[in-house]
Amino acid sequence: MAVHWGSLLAVFLVSLGAAVAVVALVATALWGISARAVTADAAAPRLSRRMGAAVAAVSLTAAALVVLFGFWVIIVR
Amino acid sequence: MSTLVIAVVLTALVFDFTNGFHDTANAMATSIATGALRPRVAVVLAGVLNLVGAFLSVEVALTISGGLVDEARITPAVIFGGLVGAILWNLVTWLVGLPSSSSHALFGGLIGATWVFAGSGAINVSTVAGKVLLPLALSPVVAGVVALSATWIGYRIATRGDRRTTTRGFQRAQIVSASMIALAHGTNDAQKTMGVITLTLITVGLLPAHSAPPLWVVLAAGLAIAAGTATGGWRIIHTLGRRISDIESPQGFAAETASAAVILSSAHLGFALSTTQVVSGAVLGSAAGRRAGPVRWRVAGRMAAVWLLTLPAAAVVGALAAWVSARGTGGTVLVGAVLVVVSAGIYGLSRRTPVSAATVGAATVGAATVGAATVGAATVGAATVGAATVSELPAQRSPGHAPGNSAAAEHGGDPQVGQPAAAARAA
Repeated sequence: MAVHWGSLLAVFLVSLGAAVAVVALVATALWGISARAVTADAAAPRLSRRMGAAVAAVSLTAAALVVLFGFWVIIVR
Repeated sequence: MSTLVIAVVLTALVFDFTNGFHDTANAMATSIATGALRPRVAVVLAGVLNLVGAFLSVEVALTISGGLVDEARITPAVIFGGLVGAILWNLVTWLVGLPSSSSHALFGGLIGATWVFAGSGAINVSTVAGKVLLPLALSPVVAGVVALSATWIGYRIATRGDRRTTTRGFQRAQIVSASMIALAHGTNDAQKTMGVITLTLITVGLLPAHSAPPLWVVLAAGLAIAAGTATGGWRIIHTLGRRISDIESPQGFAAETASAAVILSSAHLGFALSTTQVVSGAVLGSAAGRRAGPVRWRVAGRMAAVWLLTLPAAAVVGALAAWVSARGTGGTVLVGAVLVVVSAGIYGLSRRTPVSAATVGAATVGAATVGAATVGAATVGAATVGAATVSELPAQRSPGHAPGNSAAAEHGGDPQVGQPAAAARAA
């Protein structure tokens, strides 16, 4: 039986890395956006508005790049 | 092209359609459950993205058309029998609202039909085990682990932010992640039908061995699965979105992202995964990843039992259908007639209870109707609003509490109980 263990491992590692990275980046972006919120019920110290916007922009861009890189691998290569 | 080949191609497209509405839940159940998307919008969006996804890759189609069974030893009648087994199993599991694997049904039907017609030697056991069975068995576990990790880290970060902002943000992000799944579903599942049609064309010499699917096959398969998806399989959407666990938007986003990553990376490497099992595994993983999130293991256990049954059940029906249809034209017509009659009967059973907001609100929903005829767009939408309204992050809620769960506990733990109340609140 020819089991492609290498490919299966690649699926696991790529999926784990991509999913965790995207979710963490989006969550970080939302944390950054939270700096604009009026209510202060957050569990951690809040960022300044400017810093929050910067964190959100960088995180969302990075998440988008991860997704676009995935599509590039699937479609182009 | 002979009449039989045309009949097989049409039957394959019918299977593709059932695959679409059976698996709409894969892409959209969690988004609908968390209120990220309205039910109708969700299924139409999923349908469109299914069509786009069908054009992304043909690796899985090549796996199916060029290695699963010995194409030189089977006929279109055998493939027809396999498709009949798969369609019937899909319809039965849709009727009872269980997210079984359309892929398992298809492979089971084909394997059973080939076995009875040409013997076990015509089945490429190595390819079946290495590229189909093993990934099918491992994929829910992998998706579960990935979703658990993503959910855990997502909550760890999200609890540092403003609750309302993060909940809304994850709901919006879910529109993207659900779209990714719909795209992945189109890529992975439409290719299975492409593979079967290509296999049929190879068996009658219309295509050389190991051919990639022609463009018209890709287009037809994409359109069929998109149409089925846009129809919406509300029963299974309800099971996956509401009955395994009460999904919150961070969980839904994590589960969908994990599922899309697993399905797309597997499809790229030619593994014919079950999107149903991947998404179910991810939903379970995301439920376990939220410490306060209850997992209804009884429902999960029923799903697992159906997963185990799917391949052998479809194989038996496929074998029987292939044996009859291989007798000649009369046999094929008989099998086709039985398929139509049984399908009509299943559809008639599903229509016994009218599906409307008024009916759902008035109906007694309990254990007897679990997964049966009371689940429709209205139910899903109503449950959605209830979930979205009370959606909270774990830091702000007491452990074990979940929307709709108290009422369910009062009625013997069945999660469907209490949803009319949610519908009333939503109204």
